[in-house]
Amino acid sequence: MDTPDSRKTPIPGVDRRTFIKVGGAAGIAAAAGGLEGVLAARRAPAYAQGMELHWVRWNDFIPECDTLLKTQQVPEASKALGAKITLETIGFNDLQPRITAAIQSRAGADIFMLYYNWPQLYASALVDVSDLAEAVAKEQGGFYDVFKPSFQVGGKWLGMPHSIVGNTIAYRRSWFKEVGYEKFPDTWDEVRKAGAALKKKGKPWGQTLGHTFGDAPTWAYPVLWSFGGAETDRSGKKVVINSKGTIESVKWMQAFWKEACDEGGLAWDDSNNNRAFLAGEISASLNGASIYIVAKRQKDRIKDERGEPMVQDIDHAFFPFKGGAGQFPLYFSNGHGIMKYSKNQKLAGDLLRWLHKPENFEKWFETASGYSVAPTKSWEKHAMWDKIDKPLQIFRTAARDTRIFGFAGPSTAKSTEVYSKYVIVDMFAKAVQGGKAEDAVKWAEGELKKIYEG
Amino acid sequence: MEVALPRPRAVREPFLTRFLDNERLLAALLLAPAVLILAVFIAYPFVMGVWLSLSSTSVGNPGEFVGLKNFLKAWDDSIFRTAFGNTFFYTFWATIFKLALGMWLALLLNRHFRGKRIVRASMLLPFIIPTVLSTFAWRWMFDPTFSVLNWLLYKTGLIVTKLPFLSDGTWALWCAIVVNTWRGMPFFAITLLAGLQTINPDLHEAASLDGANAWRRFWHVTWPLLKPITIVVVVFSVIQTFSDFQLIYVLTGGGPANSTHLVATYAYQIGVAAGLLGEGAAISLFMFPVLFFVVWIQLRYLRRLEGA
Repeated sequence: MDTPDSRKTPIPGVDRRTFIKVGGAAGIAAAAGGLEGVLAARRAPAYAQGMELHWVRWNDFIPECDTLLKTQQVPEASKALGAKITLETIGFNDLQPRITAAIQSRAGADIFMLYYNWPQLYASALVDVSDLAEAVAKEQGGFYDVFKPSFQVGGKWLGMPHSIVGNTIAYRRSWFKEVGYEKFPDTWDEVRKAGAALKKKGKPWGQTLGHTFGDAPTWAYPVLWSFGGAETDRSGKKVVINSKGTIESVKWMQAFWKEACDEGGLAWDDSNNNRAFLAGEISASLNGASIYIVAKRQKDRIKDERGEPMVQDIDHAFFPFKGGAGQFPLYFSNGHGIMKYSKNQKLAGDLLRWLHKPENFEKWFETASGYSVAPTKSWEKHAMWDKIDKPLQIFRTAARDTRIFGFAGPSTAKSTEVYSKYVIVDMFAKAVQGGKAEDAVKWAEGELKKIYEG
Repeated sequence: MEVALPRPRAVREPFLTRFLDNERLLAALLLAPAVLILAVFIAYPFVMGVWLSLSSTSVGNPGEFVGLKNFLKAWDDSIFRTAFGNTFFYTFWATIFKLALGMWLALLLNRHFRGKRIVRASMLLPFIIPTVLSTFAWRWMFDPTFSVLNWLLYKTGLIVTKLPFLSDGTWALWCAIVVNTWRGMPFFAITLLAGLQTINPDLHEAASLDGANAWRRFWHVTWPLLKPITIVVVVFSVIQTFSDFQLIYVLTGGGPANSTHLVATYAYQIGVAAGLLGEGAAISLFMFPVLFFVVWIQLRYLRRLEGA
């Protein structure tokens, strides 16, 4: 019978003394120094065997990003962190029900993807990730300004900014040329005139004012802001929507809608404009880079009226346009939140730290090819921008000057309520269906007062 | 001579036998699983919903008792009032159409014709397909840009501009009623058909001999005998339609400009998207008195029938 050798360890060829030394170093490193410590110890942290981490994200509009995460980065991170990491991707509309159910039952995924200003909404259930966020911001040129009001609550980062989906106007270059615009018009009035000329030729502008999470608010809010309208004053307690700027913005939208737009847009979801554009039904639409990227990937199938790949005729223009109170887009800022109920908060933090290491984030960033940009400014200098197609290069700086809803006050849970009720979107939607602009604004004022001042 | 007969031993019956012989205990035992399921899956969520509606609970925050504040806030909300009105409108017309068309279909299917079984089976398809899937198909048909219905009407020269199926509030609500009718009609038809088949053909024959035409036979023979089952089907349908969520959520999301919101979709928007669980629960509880009234009417009617 063999006598167990007390000096032996479960790992062949490693004696007890070395095992304790390395294991202890990795454990201490993981506890004290996070990923840097782990790398210094050259071992995965000593997480309990079988430790698992559940991470939930949306189904990316660029499926290759999900493929990269699932097939390469999650296995790599699992190995580096010594834990089993599961990435689950779900539809955007399913995220909030999942988060709500998880918070209320105090059980569910350890990390959830967060959008817009959701950390304000779920503040009591999110772990403070200030150390991680500030380290990444310091290392990578600072976050874009939109993240502070949306992901910071009471001075603490309750979500780790991850990326921004920029929106610009995708348009058909040759069609605009046909109506006399060599360059894309850059003022509100010119856009309306160009749109009207194109609609007369059966090539309308396509935009949604329906109940959608992306294109409708990212169109409606900037129009409001660009004409000088705002939901509240700087305190966030006094509603100031019933202003000259707001009324002008609504009047512009009424005219633009009638003269230039496909009026069916009132019922569009976030994908209708993509389909209509790629089918050659519309001349322009506010969108992310997905229209261009799909047209490029399917260039043998998606052709223009001359039989040429449509992608050659697609370009992007900045939105919103000059001539108003300024240029303030609303983009799709997103990040990740670690849930307070999670038993693996430390591991979750280490995963996010791993994800944002430049060498790891770079792979994801390059795969997104401009559809999503980084949360920090130093990535504007990345070599990818010089390699990708010219129409996509506009997204390099697209995330600057982005605002979040609630302006001019703080972006609180009340501003999320306004967004969730589609009050701003519906103010425009009501007006374009008929009636006076002033009445639509008055209706919105009443709704906002109940939320902000009630 | 006296013979001592063996006295039966006073054998005590096993506990289980005694237990099972006790009808009250046995009834309680048999009812317990059902009561438990009702308590866990019906009573608890309902009580929880009532509590939430009386509190300021939001996601992650337990909140405090606020009395009827959430109900008053909802009633003061123009979007809620639109949704509440829409719910009645949607339920009323969808139920009327489902009943009329379901009855018509049931009467047709009650006749003998070739391929009757196939027709009966295929009639159930709208009811079998998951609502989300069939509503997606309808959304494609009503699509503002690629609507096959618009294309057909245009190609046949019946229209010159697209019909605003989902982009006009009034049209969109009627489209939702059409989809609901399409989906719910088989339930009416199959249930009423089952009712029709229980009616003795002799009654119709006798009425025919007495000179009753088809309408009089229906009104004086079929309808009185079918009325109890019709009431049950209508009540079930009203409950389902009044609390409908999936169809509107997929078809319009409550838009354009809230013109198709129902109470359930608006409650979801407030409770989940805005995270205001207390207010969302209060909005959804506005359905309770209406549905309670409907069920009460049904039970009262059925009791009257039983007593007659």
